[in-house]
Amino acid sequence: MITRREVEHVARLARLHFDEEELARLQPELEQIIGYVEQLSELDLSGLETTSHAVALKNVLRPDEPREGLSHEAAMANGPDVERGQFVVPKIG
Amino acid sequence: MTALSDTGFGGGTAGSDVVGLTAWRCRELLSSGQVSAQGLTRAYLDRIAAVDGQVKSYLLVDEEGAMAAAAAVDAKPFSARQPWEGVPIGLKDIFAVKGMETTCASKILKGYIPPYDATIIAKLRAAGLVFLGKLNMDEFAMGSSTENSAYQTTRNPWDLDRVPGGSSGGSAACVAASEAPWALGTDTGGSIRQPASLCGVVGLKPTYGAVSRYGLVAFASSLDQIGPLTRDTKDAAALLDIIAGKDPLDSTSLGLREPAGIPSRSALEGLRFGVIKELVGDAVEPGVSEVFGSAVDTIGALGGVCEEVSLPSVMRGIAAYYLIAPSEASANLARFDGVRYGHRHAGSHDLYEMYTRTRSEGFGTEVKRRIMIGTYALSAGYYDAYYAQAQRTRTLIIKDFARAFEDFDYLISPTSPTVAFKIGEKVADPLAMYLSDLCTIPVNLAALPGISIPAGFSAGMPVGLQLIGPHFSEKGLLEASHALEQHLHVPTVPVIKGVAA
Repeated sequence: MITRREVEHVARLARLHFDEEELARLQPELEQIIGYVEQLSELDLSGLETTSHAVALKNVLRPDEPREGLSHEAAMANGPDVERGQFVVPKIG
Repeated sequence: MTALSDTGFGGGTAGSDVVGLTAWRCRELLSSGQVSAQGLTRAYLDRIAAVDGQVKSYLLVDEEGAMAAAAAVDAKPFSARQPWEGVPIGLKDIFAVKGMETTCASKILKGYIPPYDATIIAKLRAAGLVFLGKLNMDEFAMGSSTENSAYQTTRNPWDLDRVPGGSSGGSAACVAASEAPWALGTDTGGSIRQPASLCGVVGLKPTYGAVSRYGLVAFASSLDQIGPLTRDTKDAAALLDIIAGKDPLDSTSLGLREPAGIPSRSALEGLRFGVIKELVGDAVEPGVSEVFGSAVDTIGALGGVCEEVSLPSVMRGIAAYYLIAPSEASANLARFDGVRYGHRHAGSHDLYEMYTRTRSEGFGTEVKRRIMIGTYALSAGYYDAYYAQAQRTRTLIIKDFARAFEDFDYLISPTSPTVAFKIGEKVADPLAMYLSDLCTIPVNLAALPGISIPAGFSAGMPVGLQLIGPHFSEKGLLEASHALEQHLHVPTVPVIKGVAA
């Protein structure tokens, strides 16, 4: 069971906004999908490790050598609002 | 430019000469001088002009760039060329191509021009391939029908009222419609194999780590893998060899154990194929079952042994996937905040409002839905119940596959439980859409290589056969698929409605 308040809370965490109509659609959809995935709680998996990557690798290292990166200009070129080589954003809160 | 009609190429209606051409055939035509690189590229551009109004597989056709690249090839003496130099290719719009708009079929990336090449793009450039353009997809690769594109609905060349599958639907439709000899896609839960199956082409998802993901817009980083969509297995092997390799820019990459080479196997003697019991019978529609049954018979006729094998955990694959993939996606898509690239909501009063409005306007319905599922699953109090439980289920699936590979060389199933469905049929029911990836998802969770090859038709629509191998068994998998392909004799050239033959 996912309440309307929970949906709104999760939306805030995800930096998303939904209007009334969208919320009315989303809540039962999420409930249906979460209801489906909840089948995993039936499984007894107590002895099993979690897998985050199926092909195990550890400590992938390379020599720490300087190399050419993007120029400042190229890195900023897609910015929606750029001034004096910096990204401009609205004030915080 | 060479007068093509003098070489026996270019004699038909515009673009018709390239219908059904494989990349290998393109290479032969180029190296024997029967067609110039410009002539070949022009013929594909003509073909795109003739059919893409119906198929709608391309989001961007780079006519100028493609012709310039082809002209550069023609300017080189044959002796100085790479083997694949001058062969055109189509690219899913998820790869960073320096200077070419890359949108992931999302409004939030509209106008984004990557300042660098993805590793696979750099490899294709080094091999001399000609980029025809960017192909449609489900937004951020989330979907099974390509209907989640913010820009257009791609149509299945075998029946324009049906979906091409997804998320690499543009890539599959483009190859099926001969709008490129081959294309690249990505596969997170079936996004290469399922559209390949629905469009009647070959689609290969390599072992996780075989191909670098650097410059691929990330969806679910532990599952995403790049791979070829082609007309046959020989082309799939060739394209895999071009793009595979360990890359210092992707620390999860390993490369292939051995190059795939040129598949030539014609019999299947000595090979054991496990038919995944849970993915046949009632799990799939009768027409698909029938085609799958004939493929099993063909394996037998070629000397292979088929036996049923049970992998009970694969039935939990979708549930595990729809926790793991959205969780990873919710983290990966946090970067789309309107600060550094892409869409930004104008006129926000503060930063929080700017983030929220930018993301709400820029993302489509399915992407938002998955971000919500992932954020919910990872949020305080739910992490262990959902995400950790899904990761344990993933371990269970890996163990089931490992056990099956003790007894079998390869595992087989239908690629998709159904043939291509009608456009609009499943858009209102997200869970029904998710279930169409039943047969392909477990392969991603276990990081295995999987291939879909055309196996036949049900009611006029293509049906694919999925073959799954152990980690890094691509060469053997392609050899076995090649043997089957030679004997299944499946036609791969659709007659597209409204397009002169």
